[in-house]
Amino acid sequence: MKYVDEFRDSETVRKFSEAIQGIQTKPWTLMEVCGGQTHSIVKYGIQELLPQELTLLHGPGCPVCVTPAHLIDKAIAIAGLKDVIFCTFGDMLRVPGSQGDLSSVKAQGGDVRIVYSPMDVLELAKENPEKQVVFFAIGFETTAPANAMAVYQARQEGLDNVSFLVSQVTVPPALRSILDSSSTRVEAFLAAGHVCTIMGYKEYEPIAKEYKVPIVVTGFEPVDILQGIYMCVKQLEEGRAEVENQYSRSVKKEGNLPAQKIMQSVFEIVPRTWRGVGEIPASGLGLRPEYAQFDAERRFDMELPIFEESSECISGLVLQGIKKPDQCSAFGNQCTPEFPLGATMVSSEGACAAYYRYQKAQT
Amino acid sequence: MCLAVPGKILKILDDDPVMPQGQVSFGGILKSVNLAYVPKARPGDYVIVHVGFAISILDEQEAQNILATLEGPQSEESAL
Repeated sequence: MKYVDEFRDSETVRKFSEAIQGIQTKPWTLMEVCGGQTHSIVKYGIQELLPQELTLLHGPGCPVCVTPAHLIDKAIAIAGLKDVIFCTFGDMLRVPGSQGDLSSVKAQGGDVRIVYSPMDVLELAKENPEKQVVFFAIGFETTAPANAMAVYQARQEGLDNVSFLVSQVTVPPALRSILDSSSTRVEAFLAAGHVCTIMGYKEYEPIAKEYKVPIVVTGFEPVDILQGIYMCVKQLEEGRAEVENQYSRSVKKEGNLPAQKIMQSVFEIVPRTWRGVGEIPASGLGLRPEYAQFDAERRFDMELPIFEESSECISGLVLQGIKKPDQCSAFGNQCTPEFPLGATMVSSEGACAAYYRYQKAQT
Repeated sequence: MCLAVPGKILKILDDDPVMPQGQVSFGGILKSVNLAYVPKARPGDYVIVHVGFAISILDEQEAQNILATLEGPQSEESAL
């Protein structure tokens, strides 16, 4: 088993598609939480394999999309400073802040570099002792242990020229925020398989119980997603609301304990602002006081003006599953991946970018 | 962003307890991967890798269960 082809097998996909058709008797609305799942759903045309009365809403699980514009403005300001090497995951380069993006800093001669792993930043810091090396530490729980390890090692190795601009967010508070909204239509969630690989799924049980929503921890391949949907529909039809684990080949109930341990030693829970959504209490991670020396916001203390977001862009509504990308008047004309108005059109996992890329391909 | 891909550990490059590294093959493309979060991983295991870190060892039996049955695994206990 290679864990890829088996989960893209068209015969298994067909079986699950038929099984869903076979058990569904009422209209249902599901949300897939993770942008990686949105990408798979649109790429593989999974919506076409579902009954018409089954609606998939795309959730907020794209860290690039929810990083607030004012933090991107801060990244741009730091990256433009002399003697700074600013490191980021590639996705972040073209996300618009209030005025411009990181790639424009690079175009103007700023030293902005794409890294594959946060650990690469430590090597850069060692190779460039005369420079300040800053990493844009964004991500959900999946990425938090890697970012935490980089911070932890920076302290172990006594690296004083490295710092982290942290924008870590966590999934469960966002699910509660969506369910608390009066406009929500979500009746069940496909939870994010890689987030749960780290965190397990115990923290989803109170949510399923309190809000009476089925939650199925789901993987990313077509068979995974169809099986996750099948398990959600089965629960809805039977009137159950439990947490089930479709992605059991990777996810254990308690999650990855060594990863959680490093995360908890480096980060603490803080409120975070989600772009297009607003502040969600206790929805993010920030550096603990003992790691404050590595906080880029402290090291480069700067007051920046706060700008209003473009009113044309509805990415906030898209991230909450209230609107679909193609319900936006700017979609595909004023707003394209080349000239994005909002972050959901930039990241490959943003719902707007996925619709743009694959709907074009299908027509 | 949470993109993570399965790969097969070919050998352990460094068994440093804090920063163990393994050579992992992704369909023939080899990369060095940090194994700090999968301390039990051994050559031959498939791991899920995200931004240079292995975050889980894949469980073949669980994968077979999914492919073999339409029902799939059920939750370990009822949440109701």
